[in-house]
Amino acid sequence: MSKTIIKIEDLKRSFTMGEETVHALKGISFSIQEGEFVTIMGTSGSGKSTLLNVLGCLDQPNSGVYQIDGVSIKELTKNELARIRNEKIGFIFQSYNLLARTTAIENVELPLLYSTKTLTAEEIHDKAFKALEQVNLSDRLDHTPSQLSGGQQQRVAIARSLVNEPVVILADEATGNLDTRTSYEIMALFQELNKQGKTILFVTHEPDIATFTGRTIVLKDGHIIQDYINNNVQSAAEALLALPIEED
Amino acid sequence: MRTFLTMLGIIIGVASVIAMLAIGEGSKESIKTQISSMGSNMITIRPGTDVRGGVRLERSAMETLTLNDYKAIEKETKLLTSVSPMVNSGGQSIYGANNWPTSVYGVAPEYLKIKIWDLAEGSNFTDKEVSSAAKVAVIGQTVAENLFKDGESPIGKMIRFNSIPLKIIGVLESKGESTFGQDQDDVILAPYTTVQKRILAITHLESIVVSSISEEEAPNAVIEITALLRKNHKLTTNEEDDFHVISMEEMIKTFSSTSEMLTVLLVAIASISLLVGGIGIMNIMYVSVKERTREIGLRMAVGGQGSDILLQFLIEAMLISITGGLIGVSLGLGATLFIENVLHWPTSVTSSSIVISFVVCAITGIFFGWYPAKKASTLDPITALRYE
Repeated sequence: MSKTIIKIEDLKRSFTMGEETVHALKGISFSIQEGEFVTIMGTSGSGKSTLLNVLGCLDQPNSGVYQIDGVSIKELTKNELARIRNEKIGFIFQSYNLLARTTAIENVELPLLYSTKTLTAEEIHDKAFKALEQVNLSDRLDHTPSQLSGGQQQRVAIARSLVNEPVVILADEATGNLDTRTSYEIMALFQELNKQGKTILFVTHEPDIATFTGRTIVLKDGHIIQDYINNNVQSAAEALLALPIEED
Repeated sequence: MRTFLTMLGIIIGVASVIAMLAIGEGSKESIKTQISSMGSNMITIRPGTDVRGGVRLERSAMETLTLNDYKAIEKETKLLTSVSPMVNSGGQSIYGANNWPTSVYGVAPEYLKIKIWDLAEGSNFTDKEVSSAAKVAVIGQTVAENLFKDGESPIGKMIRFNSIPLKIIGVLESKGESTFGQDQDDVILAPYTTVQKRILAITHLESIVVSSISEEEAPNAVIEITALLRKNHKLTTNEEDDFHVISMEEMIKTFSSTSEMLTVLLVAIASISLLVGGIGIMNIMYVSVKERTREIGLRMAVGGQGSDILLQFLIEAMLISITGGLIGVSLGLGATLFIENVLHWPTSVTSSSIVISFVVCAITGIFFGWYPAKKASTLDPITALRYE
């Protein structure tokens, strides 16, 4: 049995908006093992974003259990949460969220600058370089985001999420801003990283993404309505080849 | 570009503080040197004002200072090096076809020592000429220029002052204008006996000028003279002094306090522009935090703590203000040089003024950067990340 990375039990989160209380998550439970590649699906309003915020330690649940890598986050302070985010979680966003006017490698170095580990400038540079190598961007170190294509920018963001060797990578609609071809390229990259043993959680509302992942959790109105293993995982790299070649 | 405009406030503020301080310090120093060039150890004794029959009398009408006082001061004090009585009279000096309105000062030969004044040519009159009330005189440069227009040497020539003939035996070196704008070279010096007897026909003295052995001893010398004169004038303890003893030090104090007030005023005005610069920094930081909300959110998401964000924005604010300060200091120094070389105003840059304006700059950065930075550090990462 492999290690449990994420353990959620009867998790509830509600918001008070004026006089109304909105229950975004109405008690959900699941756990994720090391090395899994999971898609979390749901339409807007399903509680998907709230779950992502909680999973990403940006928000804390009202009740229930959330443990990441054995640490319960319910009682943690803001600064302790920031440390968990830094050490255990790699974020990837729909709109990349790279720092403008900052080179690719400096963007990747960013999480290391907030690390509590004391690293020399050289070590930081080496780690960032290795992360960019993993996403095949080692030839674009000194390019700023405006000089990179969308797919390249997202790969810089992926490198940034990898650099601190997190226990889980959280991708929020990571292909949402990309065309089909580039999406498949990114998915192929995720599959590659997953093969190397990375645990990846992919939040999306596009059903075809789920065909590339080993497990799918479907949310609706704050409940989990489906949680199934995909026995027929497609290869994104093959899907890429199958795409009709575009004519310029 | 925007950052530069923000900096401009700080730059102008710092530059003007430096330039204003330099002007203030400069004028203070030039007053000091000018007053001490008049003789820094000099002490002047003048008759005091008095009330007779309810009427306050003009100082020149007082006849409380006499030759006896002069002699007593000369003999009985220990802290003085030179003593000279002084009487003066205004009038017209005439030589040939030229004439010139001036004043004649009746003094003792020591007067030149007290004033630290040298002769350009000729010689000073002697004690012997004083006791015989000889009709000799030493003239200042202005008088020499106006009476002897052809460049002929005045030595040995006879001039007339208010119809009294005086033989010129010496010409004084030029001393220029005094701090108070008075031409110090527009003067004729003659033995006090000559002026007393032949020109004014009086027996009292208008003032006595003395010099103390050192600048430090001047206050003690003032005390010594006061005690001596009170005794000689037979004043009882509850009677007021019928004379005034004024040392140069007191005059320096009076005039520096005036220019000090001026400096404070100038710096206050300059500080206002520094304050405005600070508000500019606050404004730009505020806009910057708003614009970079997503960046702040991202930094928090990858593990930046509130304190990291706070520090980042504080350092940015400080960088702006310190860079502005640096440019301001160099600009202020440039302005000071310009004032000195083009406008010929006396200036003096003190290192403390540079250090102070620099520190004030850094503090301005922290002070006005704090609020926007604090705001940035307390943002909620979820909202910050979704901010458009």
